[in-house]
Amino acid sequence: MLAFIIRRVLQSILVLLVVGAVAFSMFRFVGDPIDNMLGQERTQADIERLRADLGLDQPFPVQYYKFLEGAVQGNFGVSYRQGRPVSDILLERAPATLELAAVSGFLAISIGIALGVFTAIRRNGFAANAIMSVSLIGVSLPTFLIGILLIYLFSVELGWLPSFGRGETVKVGGWSTGFLTESGLKALILPSITLGLYQMTLIMRLVRSEMLEVLRQDYIRFARARGLRDRAVNFRHALKNTLVPVITVTGLQLGSIIAFAIITETVFQWPGVGLLFINAIQFVDIPVMAAYLMLISVMFVGINLIVDLLYFAIDPRLRADRTAAH
Amino acid sequence: MTGAILSIRNLTVEIPTRYGILRPVNGVSYDIAAGEILGVVGESGAGKSMAGNAVIGLLTPPAHIASGEIHVGGTRVDQLKGDAMRRLRGKEIGMVFQDPLTSLNPLLRIGDQLTETMLAHLDISRAEADRRAVAALEEVGIPGAAERVGSYPHEFSGGMRQRVVIALALCAEPSLVIADEPTTALDVSVQAQIIALLKRLCRERGTAVMLITHDMGVIAEAADRVAVMYAGKLAELGPVRDVITQPRHPYTYGLMGSTPLASRGKDRLHQIPGAMPRLDALPEGCAFHPRCPKAQDACRRTPEPKMDGRAACFFPMVGEAVA
Repeated sequence: MLAFIIRRVLQSILVLLVVGAVAFSMFRFVGDPIDNMLGQERTQADIERLRADLGLDQPFPVQYYKFLEGAVQGNFGVSYRQGRPVSDILLERAPATLELAAVSGFLAISIGIALGVFTAIRRNGFAANAIMSVSLIGVSLPTFLIGILLIYLFSVELGWLPSFGRGETVKVGGWSTGFLTESGLKALILPSITLGLYQMTLIMRLVRSEMLEVLRQDYIRFARARGLRDRAVNFRHALKNTLVPVITVTGLQLGSIIAFAIITETVFQWPGVGLLFINAIQFVDIPVMAAYLMLISVMFVGINLIVDLLYFAIDPRLRADRTAAH
Repeated sequence: MTGAILSIRNLTVEIPTRYGILRPVNGVSYDIAAGEILGVVGESGAGKSMAGNAVIGLLTPPAHIASGEIHVGGTRVDQLKGDAMRRLRGKEIGMVFQDPLTSLNPLLRIGDQLTETMLAHLDISRAEADRRAVAALEEVGIPGAAERVGSYPHEFSGGMRQRVVIALALCAEPSLVIADEPTTALDVSVQAQIIALLKRLCRERGTAVMLITHDMGVIAEAADRVAVMYAGKLAELGPVRDVITQPRHPYTYGLMGSTPLASRGKDRLHQIPGAMPRLDALPEGCAFHPRCPKAQDACRRTPEPKMDGRAACFFPMVGEAVA
């Protein structure tokens, strides 16, 4: 088990290096940051001096190496636009995105699994068919459209919920949280639904089809033949057997909830890292973009590692440390 | 019939389809007494498993019991639904399935599968259930039972898993066990052990057994009486020795003739010509007449020969020993 984790961590480092290299090689096509940083009254000498200060005159491998050197020490450089260390900016912005992603992910997983199980068990019922039909909307409508529709309905027409921003936040340690104020909680509702709806419907449809498959298995018939309660058969026996594929997809989807919070954050003007990234692109703020991409990669890699470990926890057949006896 | 654990009367199972109503089990009646093993034989599709599923209430819709009565331990069960039926499963009626590789949940320890079954039916503590789980595994002959309760199904061989399945079917001490092809998926060398185990456990406890199989060898070895099914109906029902040595129904005769027996030497095996008719295309008269060497006009015209004594045949064979 330990050997497996070490191997995975080493693989993860390789993945991060590749992501960084690809990202860096693309930044040169985004634009020239110097254009934005110096005003109209600039001379060629100013440009050359700034370029040399930022290290932009050096070849790409050298720039990349310097970035890595800093990154290992937790130093992601200084934002071109804000003139502050990128790590400070990210730490300031991350709580907003992580809280949003956590709420969306929680909604997507809990409601998705519950509805998936329900629609599988009552697969011919009216309610189950209605849910399946409605879920098509969740899969097919683009995120920004759902966000705009929700804003129109709940903010503009009904006026129940705020249409943008995080509401009031409270500082707990270095973490600004919206969980502790009423306006903060209210502000979370629409963006988290917008962000999680697609994942929720995806998880629901996946759980449903896996459940239907598992419910046909002999061991489910045998569990029924032993007179176990429906709840035990459906959850203890059937649901657990659907979890391996569900966790695989759910893990990837959680990663994309964080990564693709960009669109939701833009629609709701949510002050998270996604919005930060969009602004950074407009300004060709290379240190911010690089740090953001690395952050997302670390999260994906971390989630995948957790997913692999969960496989072991769920399925005893994968645990190689026990040997089969006959 | 008093004293019977299982009593089936005129049981008919129907499956409505677009082309009409199919009757995989059609007017079948038999009893099984305590401690008795009734072998139910027939070709695939003869309705033998369907009858077993009907008894334990696990027919897959749209199949359903259309008429007839099923009594288990004196209680009528064919009309029970939901929780009342669930309580009966495992507690009064145990079931052993064909394939031990797929009938155990791969993600749960076998000890947990045993205890959850006991806790669902018996009023005992968790610790007592744990203790009984070990005892149940010991009883079915699993070596090192105390350690093996913590094992997962994939850590057992096929024969051992079928022993676990039998332990599971018997752990809440049902009065009736339905064994649906319990040895079909096993190695020949293991089959005899499993049959002997099933036989011993049921004799000791006085459990009635419905042993569904297409293997006449298994029947000859284990059963006390035999019910031969053909196209959803009983063809013959009687003590195993009589049915095997002196079959009355020409179908049973053909079935016995097509079973390899060491005593019969190396002659070519007899085969019954043709195949069992599909349920949606049953011939008029006796369903077996197109394949029957003794068929006469009456067999082709008169509908449904009734059970008369031992066999459902207009012209039962008398005194013709199987060659």
